[in-house]
Amino acid sequence: METSRRSFLKLGGLCALGLGSLPIVNALAKTETSPEFVANPRALTAKRWGMAIDLKACWEKGKPECKECSAACHTIHNVPDIGNPQQEIKWIWTEPYGGVFADMANSYLPGDLAQKSVLVLCNHCMDAPCVRVCPTKATFKRSDGITMIDYHRCIGCRFCMAACPYGARSFNFWEPRGYIKTELNPTYPTRDAGVVEKCNFCEERLAVGLRPACVEACNKDGRTMYFGDLEDPDSEVRKVLAVRYSIKRRPELGTGPSVFYLI
Amino acid sequence: MKIYDGKYILIGLVIFIAMATFPIWFSHGKAAPPPDPKLDTPVINQMPNKQCVLSKQEMITGHMQLLNVWRTRVVRDDKRVYVAPDGKTYDMSLQNECMKCHSNKSQFCDQCHNYAGLQQGVTPYCWNCHIAPKENK
Amino acid sequence: MLERAMTGSPRYYKLLGVLAVFMGLGFVSYMLVLEKGHGVTGLSRDVSWGLYIAQFTFMIGIAASAVMVVLPYYLHNVKDFGRIAVFGEFLAVAAVGICPLFIVMDLGKPMRALNMLIYPTLNSVLFWSFVVQTGYLLLNILIGWNVLEAERKGTKFPDWVKPLIYISIPWAFAIHTVTAFVYAGLPSHDYWLTAILAARFLASAFCSGPALLILLCFILKKYTRFDPGKEAISKLANIVTYAMFVSVFFIGLEFFTAFYSGIPGLEEPLKYLFVGLEGHRQLVPFMWLFVILAVAALIFLAIPKFRSDDKFLVIGCACVFFSMWLEKGVGLTLAGFVPNPFNRVVGYVPTIPEVMIALGVYATGAFILAVLYKIAVSVKEEVGA
Repeated sequence: METSRRSFLKLGGLCALGLGSLPIVNALAKTETSPEFVANPRALTAKRWGMAIDLKACWEKGKPECKECSAACHTIHNVPDIGNPQQEIKWIWTEPYGGVFADMANSYLPGDLAQKSVLVLCNHCMDAPCVRVCPTKATFKRSDGITMIDYHRCIGCRFCMAACPYGARSFNFWEPRGYIKTELNPTYPTRDAGVVEKCNFCEERLAVGLRPACVEACNKDGRTMYFGDLEDPDSEVRKVLAVRYSIKRRPELGTGPSVFYLI
Repeated sequence: MKIYDGKYILIGLVIFIAMATFPIWFSHGKAAPPPDPKLDTPVINQMPNKQCVLSKQEMITGHMQLLNVWRTRVVRDDKRVYVAPDGKTYDMSLQNECMKCHSNKSQFCDQCHNYAGLQQGVTPYCWNCHIAPKENK
Repeated sequence: MLERAMTGSPRYYKLLGVLAVFMGLGFVSYMLVLEKGHGVTGLSRDVSWGLYIAQFTFMIGIAASAVMVVLPYYLHNVKDFGRIAVFGEFLAVAAVGICPLFIVMDLGKPMRALNMLIYPTLNSVLFWSFVVQTGYLLLNILIGWNVLEAERKGTKFPDWVKPLIYISIPWAFAIHTVTAFVYAGLPSHDYWLTAILAARFLASAFCSGPALLILLCFILKKYTRFDPGKEAISKLANIVTYAMFVSVFFIGLEFFTAFYSGIPGLEEPLKYLFVGLEGHRQLVPFMWLFVILAVAALIFLAIPKFRSDDKFLVIGCACVFFSMWLEKGVGLTLAGFVPNPFNRVVGYVPTIPEVMIALGVYATGAFILAVLYKIAVSVKEEVGA
């Protein structure tokens, strides 16, 4: 049969295309007998998790070097202690008031307010810039309002770190296992070198009916942190926000943080 | 017939054949024993009905697919309980559920993974993050 | 035509050899980063992007600048650019070819880079950056190669290349605009949050790119039998001059808004760059060198007597290229992180592995450029252009 090289190639190309589409057709045709995936019945649920931190109560406790919230969080989440401030990993920590609320710069603040410690963590913003910029949706907004990181998918581009106006995110510059100074929590994984991590509002604890570790640790000696559903007017966080004046970090950026500070 | 550059072609051919058949002659006589994953753990020994999430054959061929689905459901959908075809429920966690029964990783998981060349640090690198159970040898 | 890259003068081989050495050193340094983690670089929690991303930002501008030759030649039939159009396109190929390489060097988990394709996220500027870079690379390879091939055969290039050429023109603007959007859409850093960032990027690209092209043309004229032609160089020089004025003007606009409004968030990054902030002065010498080179460039380019004299034109173009590199490839990315979200200044100094990797990537780009230019020059010498 006489055929030109050109028409042979055309036919060959079409065949390759057809064969190549076979697996796609197979995948689409498969009817998934998907077993059920359900939530733990004990899980705490919310439409929008939020937190209110009572700075006044914290300062009145008179423990300026207190790091109980950090310790609790970093221990149960196997957060490494890198040892230098440039590359350290921190999910919740304290910063001086003047730096946290620099947009409300005021040289005439009472006493040494500018130096007082303020608890900072990921704000789980409603309109999170980090979620907007992540190229793989490794950072995403969950339906309960938590800004989550999928450590399996993160490619470590650090666009989210550039986008976060609150400096809440840390990058694993080294392999973290060698730097974990606290006792390893075997029920929670560590992370790997090359991914970004941050506070997750203890979503693994919420899933089994427990409140965030920082909240529990801090409230041991007096009510300082409130945690609940910001969309539920009866939640403890909404109740305290209704009676106390609160501020947010950098509100002019429109990020809609879910962490409030009662001053 | 004159073969141009015959010397180089022959040398190249010899090198290529040596490289292509490398696995055959390099490992000659060094066959590793077939993997023998052991189910001898305290938790499994105490089970009256020794049953995994799915059947043995399904788990052998499909445990990685299952884990991938579990990962998506837990991390991205916040659904942590798996209802198996036989109605039993499991907490979808490698560290806390799978390894609860299979706590002898070096005699179970690693048996097949090492045999297939999947040592730690290469693939699967689950254990870089997910903490392997402590084994008392 | 690729075989023309395999043979050349001893000088050509020496050039490729030197570049290969730097590529090797960069490769070895990268193995160190893969082994230990990015902790071996000077990056920190507060300055999370550094040398690599800064060089990516600069090189993508160089890549976009090919449009300054393509647009006049193909859209407005400026015949003088006919001889050097393919050199502009090949420069774009080399420049945009190493941009993804810089990004991959920067990734924490490069083995997962394909996640960007498996899980495309249309709201992420980085995704679009990947799309436009890949498209631009393909466009310029196809266009440059086919136009050169047609010239070698002594015919006109095939018709299907024409629409690609037309697409490549707005696409060139797009690649650098998207790059600017990577920075300008972030609410977190005031130095980048300016509407004219894309305009600044394009202006600096359109002076530094053609300046580099002019320098490369002079190199070609010196070491090969190919002569780009006085008219082409002179027209390119005009483009560089206007673009340099616009670029410097735009930078001046930033200064005005920052210092006339007096807003600290706008003033502080510029202070950090030019006089130091809270004791951190690492970038000050670089930025004043930028000022000196930029002024020198404007003098050598604006005065026709200098611009038409090859010696001064070369100096002027070198001044343009290095001043724009200092402003964009050193100043821009780093100053954006000052001050950090807690109002502190954290400095950044690249480490040796970091510098070696960057040099290795640049050497890769120069290698690609040398190979492509060798092919183009060989073809043009044969055809007698």
